[in-house]
Parts: sequence; structure tokens; C-alpha cells
Amino acid sequence: MIHFLVHDKKDSVGVIVVEGIKAGQELTGWLMEDDSTLKVKALNDIPIGHKLATRAIRSGDTVIKYGFDIGKAVADIKVGEHAHVHNVKTKRW
Amino acid sequence: MISAKTRFQGYRRENGRVGVRNHVLILPVDDLSNAAAEAVANNVKGVLAIPHPYGRLQFGADLDLHFRTLIGAGSNPNVAAVVVICIEEGLAKRVVDGIAKTGKPVTGFGIELNGDHSTIMRASKVAKEYLQWASERNKEECQLSDLWVSTKCGESDTTSGCGSNPTVGNAFDKLEPFGVTMCFGETTEITGGENIVADRCATPEVREQWMRVFNRYQEVINRHKTNDLSDSQPTKGNIAGGLTTIEEKALGNIQKIGKKCKVIGVMDKAETPTRPGLWFMDSSSAAAEMVTLCAASGYVVHFFPTGQGNVIGNPILPVIKLTANPRTSRTMSEHIDLDVSGLLQRQKNMDQCGDELLEVMLRTCNGRLTCAEALGHREFVLTRLYESA
Repeated sequence: MIHFLVHDKKDSVGVIVVEGIKAGQELTGWLMEDDSTLKVKALNDIPIGHKLATRAIRSGDTVIKYGFDIGKAVADIKVGEHAHVHNVKTKRW
Repeated sequence: MISAKTRFQGYRRENGRVGVRNHVLILPVDDLSNAAAEAVANNVKGVLAIPHPYGRLQFGADLDLHFRTLIGAGSNPNVAAVVVICIEEGLAKRVVDGIAKTGKPVTGFGIELNGDHSTIMRASKVAKEYLQWASERNKEECQLSDLWVSTKCGESDTTSGCGSNPTVGNAFDKLEPFGVTMCFGETTEITGGENIVADRCATPEVREQWMRVFNRYQEVINRHKTNDLSDSQPTKGNIAGGLTTIEEKALGNIQKIGKKCKVIGVMDKAETPTRPGLWFMDSSSAAAEMVTLCAASGYVVHFFPTGQGNVIGNPILPVIKLTANPRTSRTMSEHIDLDVSGLLQRQKNMDQCGDELLEVMLRTCNGRLTCAEALGHREFVLTRLYESA
């Protein structure tokens, strides 16, 4: 069972691809770039399609997905924590 | 799997272009003519009226785009014949003359000095003749190089970038070597991925054109914005689906252009591409506006990947929907032509899904109605550039 996907080795977030993920659950991720797997423990309930941090991210750090810059963290984000509009913002506009 | 031997059954029109549908359109030039157009469609069963809210007191580039879109819609090879209705006969003639360049049957009617009753009666008689004439057009065997395919995604979420968008990209990479004419657009939704698209441009000239249209719209945003667009781009639906920033949305969006295709040209809205390959059309990211512009450009089939479940269709252009989101596939199955959610569980690979999409495309070209067609989704939405005079 794959619970989340990571596009690129450089990424600091992964995407939850199953419904009903609960805090405390041990998750299996698929790193698509090299077809490897990784394990992360969810720190929050996270809906399908939403992201979790796969690395510790400090406030102000650039968040990486697809190997590219998708914005900046506006709070510290722990490994396994839900990463979304409450702690990540665009650098544009 | 497609090959040089792949064929489909299409309608070859008078100008050589190939359509995959055989509509007789009742085309109002302006809002005032909708009632007459819809009355004609009520009188003659099987013709298609495409009402819309605009066409009065527009001017300059905005009016040019209005006419280009209407003439383009009527000229689309999915359309066999057209009845044009306008409050003013002279403006009807402008649209008729534009569509007549394709060689297809087209007649225009003005309502002024006639009234709705007389106009509806005369237009209905012509519409009936056109419908019966169109019903005897035969399909013939066509090649992939006869095909024009557009794409635009909607109600995207993170599964779009993981699954449904790269499936379209895989299909585009496979179609490109066979001389298919393709396009993508959505100018703002490439914000954060603009350099990736720039690197895919075939020549320095195309790259410069691309950066010019991209930067032009960034200036529009900066001039009008009241915040960081965090309620508009990404949309509320995108955010509910897990997309956080425009950059993340853009990087998912451009998965649709595959890994190999080069961008060979940049078109303005509703312009017609001049040769096969992948074009970028400067366009809104709003689903119905963009798909309407693709129809006006002459595209005959459309790939529409969705995450959270956009239900859009188009009266002229069959819209094929695919999703990689298992929840959307379960809760909105009547809208989904292809479920690629198996990608997210490693049950399928991208090549298999790309092939499945091409198979659905060929079935659609051969006449299978898309979900959007079966459900009667006919969103025909004109792009406006600025306020009317």
C-alpha cells in the first residue's frame, strides 16, 4: 500500500494518495524518480491530495516539489506534518 | 498503441480539414439573438444553438476577438454547416463571410426590420435543409496527421500533477511524431514553471514570444491585484485538493506537455495554428473560456485532466476527462472518461495510461460520445479583454 508519492529526490514534501490518513499512522511513500520507498510517521490527520513534509523545513526555507521551488515555509514544519496554506506561501505576486 | 497505420473515421470538410462531429450550428452574434437562435434549435431537432451573453458595444481588439471566436467556432471542422443570427444584418454578414472561407454552407439573418417571428421562420427553413444535408455526409478513413488535439486541465489538485496531467503529456509525446497539431495554454498557470516552458521552445524567437506573453499577463495581475491572488490562483477547489501555491499548480500543469514535445509557436487567443506540432495559446486558465478558444482555433478533440472533478464540456469540441484521484473517480464517475488512479498505487505505469488515453481519443474520434457530451455540457464562453463601450 502506497500512502504518499514523492516526485523527485530533491523534494521536501510528498503527496498523500489515499483517503483517511490519521495522526500517528506509519506511512509508506514511493519516490518516483528512483522507484524507491520511504517511511514517514504522520503527525496530523491529512486528507487525500494534501502534502506532508518528508524533511524538516525551517520557516523561510524554500519548499521543493518536482525538484523545483513551489514557495516558502512561513512556519517550521516537522517531518510528517501537514504542509499546506497555513505554513507554505507563494513567492509570487 | 498508435502507429503510422493508425486510422480513424472522420468528416473531411470542403477545405480539407477533418472533423469528428457533424454539427449544424445556430450561431447568435450577440446576446439579443439568443432567443431566435434557441427557437430555431427548438423547431429543427438535431441542430445546436450556442447562446452567449456578449457582442454589443465591443470595440477594438476585444471586438476582433469576439468575431475571431465566432468565426472560428463556425469554421471548426466538427461543424458541417452554420446559420448565423444577429440583430444587425451587416454584422451577421461579417461572420458569414468569415465562415464561408472554409467552403461550408452558411447563411446569415438580421432581426432588425424583420422581428423574431419572421427571422425564426426563415432561419428554421435553412437550418432544416442544412441538417438533412449534413446527415448525408459520409465519414472517411483519416490519418493521425489530420487530427488537432488541445488540452487544458481544471479543478486540479495534487493528483493532477502526479497522474492525469503526465498521462496527457505521455499521449502528446506519442502523437507529436505523427504530425498531429496540438496546443496548450493557461498563461497564468505557468507561473513558477515559465523557465521550463521557455527551455522547451523550439527556437529563440518562440522563446521570446512565450516570455513576452507570459510577462504581459504578469503585468496585468500586478496592475489589478488586491492580494497575492491566494483566493483565485490556486482556486478554493485547488486548495481543498491540496494545492498550496501557484508555483506548485504550474509545475503540475506543465506535465501536460510531456517530456519531449517542443513548443513550435505561440498563438494569440482563437488564432489558427499554421503547421503540425505543439503550440502555446495565450489564454485564460478558466476552463470554459480556454476550451471555447481551442474550439475557435480549430481543434477537434480535447484532453481535460481533472483532480477534484471539473464537469465542463463544449458544444463543438468533445472534451475527454481523465482523473487520477480515486475519490473523484468514485464520487463523480459519470463525468470521467478515463480513470488513471492506478498510477498512484504503482498498479499502472505512465506508458500504459498514455496508451489508454489515446484509445479513448480514437474511440471519441470514431463517434463515441464523451461523458460531457452525454450529460449535455455545452459551455460556450467568450473571452473578454475589457469593458464594453
